[in-house]
Amino acid sequence: MNENYLEIKHIKKSFGSLEVLKDISLTVKKGEVLAIIGPSGSGKSTLLRCATFLEKMDCGSLSYLGQEAVKAGEDGKSIYVSQGELKKIRTNFGLVFQNFNLFPHYSVLKNIIDAPVRVQKRKKEEAIQEARELLRKMGISDKENCYPYQLSGGQQQRVSIARALALRPNVLFFDEPTSALDPELTGEILKVIKDLAAEHMTMVIVTHEMNFARNVADYIIFMDGGVIAEEGTPEQLFSSDNPRMKEFLGKFNEV
Amino acid sequence: MSFTTMLSQLGDGMVTTVWIFGLTLIFSLPLGLLVTFLRMSKNGLLRNIAKFYISVMRGTPLMLQLMVVYFGPYYLFRIPIARSYRYVAVIIGFVLNYAAYFAEIYRSGIESMPVGQYEAAQLLGYNKVQTFFLIILPQVIKRILPAITNEVITLVKDTSLAFVISVAEMFTAAKALASSQTSMVPYVAAGIFYYVFNFLVATVMEYVEKKLSYYR
Repeated sequence: MNENYLEIKHIKKSFGSLEVLKDISLTVKKGEVLAIIGPSGSGKSTLLRCATFLEKMDCGSLSYLGQEAVKAGEDGKSIYVSQGELKKIRTNFGLVFQNFNLFPHYSVLKNIIDAPVRVQKRKKEEAIQEARELLRKMGISDKENCYPYQLSGGQQQRVSIARALALRPNVLFFDEPTSALDPELTGEILKVIKDLAAEHMTMVIVTHEMNFARNVADYIIFMDGGVIAEEGTPEQLFSSDNPRMKEFLGKFNEV
Repeated sequence: MSFTTMLSQLGDGMVTTVWIFGLTLIFSLPLGLLVTFLRMSKNGLLRNIAKFYISVMRGTPLMLQLMVVYFGPYYLFRIPIARSYRYVAVIIGFVLNYAAYFAEIYRSGIESMPVGQYEAAQLLGYNKVQTFFLIILPQVIKRILPAITNEVITLVKDTSLAFVISVAEMFTAAKALASSQTSMVPYVAAGIFYYVFNFLVATVMEYVEKKLSYYR
């Protein structure tokens, strides 16, 4: 079994003439929690979107559990495997969006079970049982028949985490999961993620919550201007001498 | 002529009107979706064909289109026209015209959908067909329902245009009766008929909107 759940090598991505990612490599091992921090426009979200195939990378390679989804050619240019292969590899990960993206016309329960039943062909009863278990874990057991609009932002985000977990991903990505929430609701979500970390769920979290990153992450990457400006364990990073890093953290401490 | 004979003649016209209305909807609603797909296609040729089609259908009078469909085969190709062809022609004309309008309404709905819905579906493993028919289309229908209602109500009134190719729908019958009887009654009856028809349409659509209001 390959311990490297996610491996990204020399990824580059441009939008027109704007180079958003300039040669980024990272590895996430089984059970590890990686936090990606950095100022807006530093390429954090683009990195996540490339890793989840929402965006096509220009250069570099990408693999999940040793299975290559994107190979790098001799010139470094990315070569994607076939659509069929990608579909299989996609089952390795889930993504929790900043603005939830729940399906508004489905009830909470249906949001969670529909993909396992329809896509993974799991038995409906079994999927429902699992969904209820997930909802219990998220502390929203009483909401299974609600529709998304009836829930608070924090509850919606918990449903979307449950929806991603229901497909049993090996790696779970979070794209600024609390940015659309007020501080009170942010706490709810961070607690859920913390609980998942305690269960050794492999996670990659793009976040602006510095204290959270410090407490939960095993490893932190600080991105700036499309490159990894600094990386290391939380202790290393928060005591770093990197001026850009200090400036960034300083801004958080000032306010 | 007695009032009841008048009504029974108008009644025949009503039946034809309802037929034109029903068949037009049955064919133009799905055809419109197909036109939208072409209009939104990645293939530039298909997209331009659809654009041209929509622009012609919207840019020329429906009355003219009906005449072209009906007389075209003879004037252009000297194909003799059977009397019964008018009933086919009227449906073809209406369907082609309304499909163009429906296509643009569908497009407005589809383009108003947040891209996050597609992305979430992709991440969850839905394929493109599943994404469209399970996730996108149901939400689009809810969004475009008021615009569709408008169009359907217009269709009820537009059916009267069938008279230009001598299809004896309601309005044709009313006109003939009014002039032969020198009476306003057929016009009043026709007016009431269209009004009640549209009242029913609006009621049904309102009911459907209510049915879909279980989510936002």
